[in-house]
Amino acid sequence: MFEYAPAPESRSVVDLKPSYGLFIDGAFVDPTDGDSFKSINPASEEVLAEIAEAGASDVERAVRAARKAYDKVWGPMPGRDRAKYLYRIARLIQERSRELAVLESLDNGKPIRESRDVDLPLVAAHFFYYAGWADKLEHAGFGGNPRPIGVAAQVIPWNFPLLMLAWKIAPALAAGNTVVLKPAETTSLTALLFAEICQQADLPPGVVNIVTGAGDTGRALVEHPGVDKVAFTGSTDVGRAIARSVAGTRKKLTLELGGKAANIVFDDAPIDQAVEGIVNGIFFNQGHVCCAGSRLLVQENVADRVLESLKRRMAQLRVGDPLDKNTDVGAINSAAQLERIRELSDAGSAEGAERWSPPCELPDRGFWFAPTIFTGVTQAHRIAREEIFGPVLSVLTFRTPAEAVEKANNTPYGLSAGIWTDKGSRILWMADRLRAGVVWANTFNKFDPTSPFGGYKESGYGREGGRHGLEAYLNV
Amino acid sequence: MTATTTSARSELSELGRSETALRTFLHGLPGVDQVGAEQRAAQLGTRSIKTTAKAQAIDLAIRMVDLTTLEGADTPGKVRALAAKALRPDPADPSCPHVGAVCVYPAMVPYVAEVLRGSGVHLASVATAFPSGQAPLEIKLADTRAAVAAGADEIDMVINRGAFLAGRYKEVYDEIVATKEASGDAHLKVILETGELATYDNVRRASWLAMLAGGDFIKTSTGKVPITATLPVTLVMLEAVRDFREATGRQVGVKPAGGIKTTKDAIKYLVLVNETVGTDWLDPDWFRFGASSLLNDLLMQRTKLTTGTYSGPDYFTLD
Repeated sequence: MFEYAPAPESRSVVDLKPSYGLFIDGAFVDPTDGDSFKSINPASEEVLAEIAEAGASDVERAVRAARKAYDKVWGPMPGRDRAKYLYRIARLIQERSRELAVLESLDNGKPIRESRDVDLPLVAAHFFYYAGWADKLEHAGFGGNPRPIGVAAQVIPWNFPLLMLAWKIAPALAAGNTVVLKPAETTSLTALLFAEICQQADLPPGVVNIVTGAGDTGRALVEHPGVDKVAFTGSTDVGRAIARSVAGTRKKLTLELGGKAANIVFDDAPIDQAVEGIVNGIFFNQGHVCCAGSRLLVQENVADRVLESLKRRMAQLRVGDPLDKNTDVGAINSAAQLERIRELSDAGSAEGAERWSPPCELPDRGFWFAPTIFTGVTQAHRIAREEIFGPVLSVLTFRTPAEAVEKANNTPYGLSAGIWTDKGSRILWMADRLRAGVVWANTFNKFDPTSPFGGYKESGYGREGGRHGLEAYLNV
Repeated sequence: MTATTTSARSELSELGRSETALRTFLHGLPGVDQVGAEQRAAQLGTRSIKTTAKAQAIDLAIRMVDLTTLEGADTPGKVRALAAKALRPDPADPSCPHVGAVCVYPAMVPYVAEVLRGSGVHLASVATAFPSGQAPLEIKLADTRAAVAAGADEIDMVINRGAFLAGRYKEVYDEIVATKEASGDAHLKVILETGELATYDNVRRASWLAMLAGGDFIKTSTGKVPITATLPVTLVMLEAVRDFREATGRQVGVKPAGGIKTTKDAIKYLVLVNETVGTDWLDPDWFRFGASSLLNDLLMQRTKLTTGTYSGPDYFTLD
């Protein structure tokens, strides 16, 4: 036997304060009402810190600070000077990446291997990438003199706290906007550490403001009349509510919402790599990924073989302490999310799908869910239609490429899809027909700042990333 | 073995009778996606193996070393010294295990055999006109028989890459079958020379070809071409032995060779074995490292773990 000894990443690189205020106009301030809530470590339920809860008057202060900074400093500033700040922030993120990665894993529950090797490199890459655009906006293909929009209200989810912050803040600032950002209430800490980095970078006060809180704070922010642009990543339900509240105003809106992506495996696929792609598609980040490959569509004539390989591979997944460098699957982010995953999985069993998980010991404390697959799933099952947002894969079969397309598209969502085949022509044929914003071929969950990302249908509208991502923050 | 694997095994053993059947089978194996295979190997390379796990891995790796010298300048004195080292890699520490085997040219086998006799350390000899394999078949077989007669209990043969790349699979197959026969009771390791096969699809096909023809081990490289063992190539070969055992019930060993110089490298390979084929292969009977300088680095790290300090290179024997 070859048992890996515990290899925990040290927590000592993170200097956690007992409580955090709001970051408004370049300084940490107490909320007007003095309310706060606790941020916990989902792997242990230990309280990490007290976080200020921003009320309407705090949001007002933040939006006013952002407006002032936009009018007086950031809006008029030449692009090349804005770029200097963004480059500085990107470098500081790289310098402090270990600290940020550990804090992200503590607060979110994701494995340190992912926060260290995926989240943080992408966060820095986003700032570097958009820093490069700041003085080249007239060459971005939107006409000669594209102008910023103004003050952006940005509300982000808990699955990739710092990465979603980067997707929102980097293009907004590069284009000359100022922002008020609200992180998710279960994962505020890295956004607050990012605020410290803004101070360290001497970013002018008010350019970035961070207001922490839950749904009420978010609502106050997106409904604030002083906001010119709203960007939201999160659930389709909240996205709908935001679209309603913004309707009839001058505010521009981009939404990046849920998904129920099909990961389609043909009989000529490179099986071993396809199995890796399936695992990466649904168990990466505990399945808390809007573009997760949560529906496996496998050609019926290879289904047994693929499933056998998949189960063997799943038995190798190491579930446990997010800070252990050998952990593959960490903790579910919150009790509420765990409840949601359990409810939908129970529905899967109740509706007659066959449930399987590898033998794995889950820790006693904290929020955990074993990697799970359901076989014998049909389009009529709830687990084939609703977004579970957890480590739960629904397996369906198909017979022909046309049937694969039909099943893949038969969902209200349309964020991403994956195709596994050795045949290049089939990849192109499928990609033409799949109604999904991102189509991966022989890979899955690949991200790059140069590549636009976004959805069709109920997965939202607007694109983030790449040249296209600038459009959401420019008057064009 | 189940009835299905028995019948699958006899079906597979028929393949070698016809060029067409072999080609159809080998070309019908699932492809390997290069990016995906390399990504998986790299990901496993980030595993953090510390403390007790590291100590365990180092001792296992020492037991898996095929301590190798394959030089024109090899002499009886040189190979005797190497064999002595194989028996007692760390003279200062009797708890240090001996290596898996010593690997030399056929002409050097008698000198090594004298030293190793009765020790449990295997004696491997390269054969079949190593490293190019570019000699008539009779000469390759005579080479093999001579090595076995001189005392080798493991034969490291090279496949005919020229025939493989030209698509003459049956010729490659027949040569392996003939070499296996010439090897008698000696274990046959089949060197694919993956650096010359170039693609992972070819590596998978050559792995199957070698196993179908009766090879006991598949080995990556001779160490004599610029590209030697890599993690992704070894991953593809491990997948092949895993699938082959599933189909036939017969287990085949894997030996990456060349370029593995540090303990860190060796541990990455052990992680790859552990998470691809599991503990059945974590044994010197089923996994070997073809290496020379690796052993001293393993010994240095082993001493570091037991004493807490690094010793200088002069504390480890040079051969």
